[in-house]
Amino acid sequence: MKLTLHVWRQAGPQDRGRMEMLQVDGITSDMSFLEMLDKANEDLIHDGKEPVAFDHDCREGICGTCSMVIDGVAHGPQEGTTTCQLHMRAFKDGDSIHIEPFRSRAFPVIKDLVVDRGSFDRIIAAGGYVSVNTGSAQDANNLPVRKKDADMAMDAAACIGCGACVASCPNGSAMLFVAAKMGHLAHLPQGQAERKERALSMVAQMDAEGFGACSNHYECEAVCPKEIPATFIGSMNREFLKSSLCPDS
Amino acid sequence: MSIGTTLKSSIGAKALMAVTGIILVLFVIGHMLGNLQVYLGADALNAYAAKLQSLGPLLWVIRLVLLGTFLAHIIAAIRVVKLNRAARPVAYHQQKDQATTFAARTMWVSGVLILLFAIYHVLHLTVGVVDPAGTYGALDSEGRHDVYGMVIAGFQHWPTTAIYTVAMVVLCLHVSHGASSMLQTLGLRRPGNASGFDKVGPALAIFLLIGNLSMPLSILAGLVG
Ligand code: HEM
Ligand code: FES
Repeated sequence: MKLTLHVWRQAGPQDRGRMEMLQVDGITSDMSFLEMLDKANEDLIHDGKEPVAFDHDCREGICGTCSMVIDGVAHGPQEGTTTCQLHMRAFKDGDSIHIEPFRSRAFPVIKDLVVDRGSFDRIIAAGGYVSVNTGSAQDANNLPVRKKDADMAMDAAACIGCGACVASCPNGSAMLFVAAKMGHLAHLPQGQAERKERALSMVAQMDAEGFGACSNHYECEAVCPKEIPATFIGSMNREFLKSSLCPDS
Repeated sequence: MSIGTTLKSSIGAKALMAVTGIILVLFVIGHMLGNLQVYLGADALNAYAAKLQSLGPLLWVIRLVLLGTFLAHIIAAIRVVKLNRAARPVAYHQQKDQATTFAARTMWVSGVLILLFAIYHVLHLTVGVVDPAGTYGALDSEGRHDVYGMVIAGFQHWPTTAIYTVAMVVLCLHVSHGASSMLQTLGLRRPGNASGFDKVGPALAIFLLIGNLSMPLSILAGLVG
């Protein structure tokens, strides 16, 4: 396949950036999207030009590092799929593909397609954990968890923190991410002790980072590579409203 | 931790919009049901209007609560819209919506149009400043304010009916997203009820559109009056 790429190029955080056109040839349908970019970069390096910077790590859809908006959709056209698991069979010879970084005030561009998602780490640091006293591990089945709760916790825990929810939201809101992290712990016995503080501190940090509010467009749910439902956002709203309005109950 | 913490947060700002939104939606439903008495004839509608007037100070309490609710909704809307715009300072060259609707993307526009319409509506039928038909203040045979005659004459004037028609379509759009959205904002939407809750807004919006529009349109067509 031969493709025309329109890629966002930005030399550094201070650069204004622009879309740049690249031609890439010799792409096969079994290549992943990132392998296609690798090929484009090899060509650029061969021509003595600066390769396109993009984030990636596991390349098997579990780490959440790969992050780009492909043809106007975070992680591209295939539902429930990270960019690294998107394959070139989703495109055809002669296609033009637009590639942009995830855009949000809280995700500043570092270079080209690479953005700084440290804001997510700070939200986790604010409350997305359980405190565990040291000592020997508890018996495995010491804390029974209802099947329903275990399933909900697992659904939420599928979040890989990629940030596609923020990238796709017209308001640049991080609520699906925060709701998934909060919902995961709220459904488990280990998460109960710090439940209210967690809701308050994670939401406070989310707001401080400059993410938008949720207008219930549900774009996040549509692009989430782990297909986490937006009903978790409803649960988070409930957690937060209860925790802030009746902290003692 | 208190209501201050709640309201300062982005979730709290939306919760305020949702709570004020519920009050406004209930008002809009009640207002429509009251007005539908136009189909029962002059006597029923004028008696209903006279009863509302006879509430005296209570009527003013209701009006002030409604005005306060409306203002709180607008102030929260301004805050939320500003916050949301600031969160995406650099726009995408290409962005394809996957799930959202026209109504959801235009809440701000429909809101402002509703505000303008509300001002016009009060000037038209409550204080009678805008009165192209010239029937405001007339009395019926029992000496009551002749609301029926005013409404009939008002909507026989096609430009007036046109303005009300556009306004009701806009209100329908706002409520079609808003009345479902507020259920999620207040944390009531769950996996088991989500698909049902998502139909609440559109259903309510269509109910309001049909009920409200039937009046001016049937009057303009000469079916009532
Ligand atoms: C009869 C009048 C009105 C009714 C019944 C109404 C109802 C609602 C409801 C139920 C919501 C959903 C709240 C939520 O998502 O939790 C909403 C949202 C909204 N309203 Fe209104 N509203 C009215 C007037 C207005 C006015 C006058 C404005 C602005 C000038 C406005 C601006 C907005 C905006 C911008 C939103 C969306 C906020 C967001 O989700 O980002 N509304 N409205
Ligand atoms: S590179 Fe790890 S999820 Fe894509």
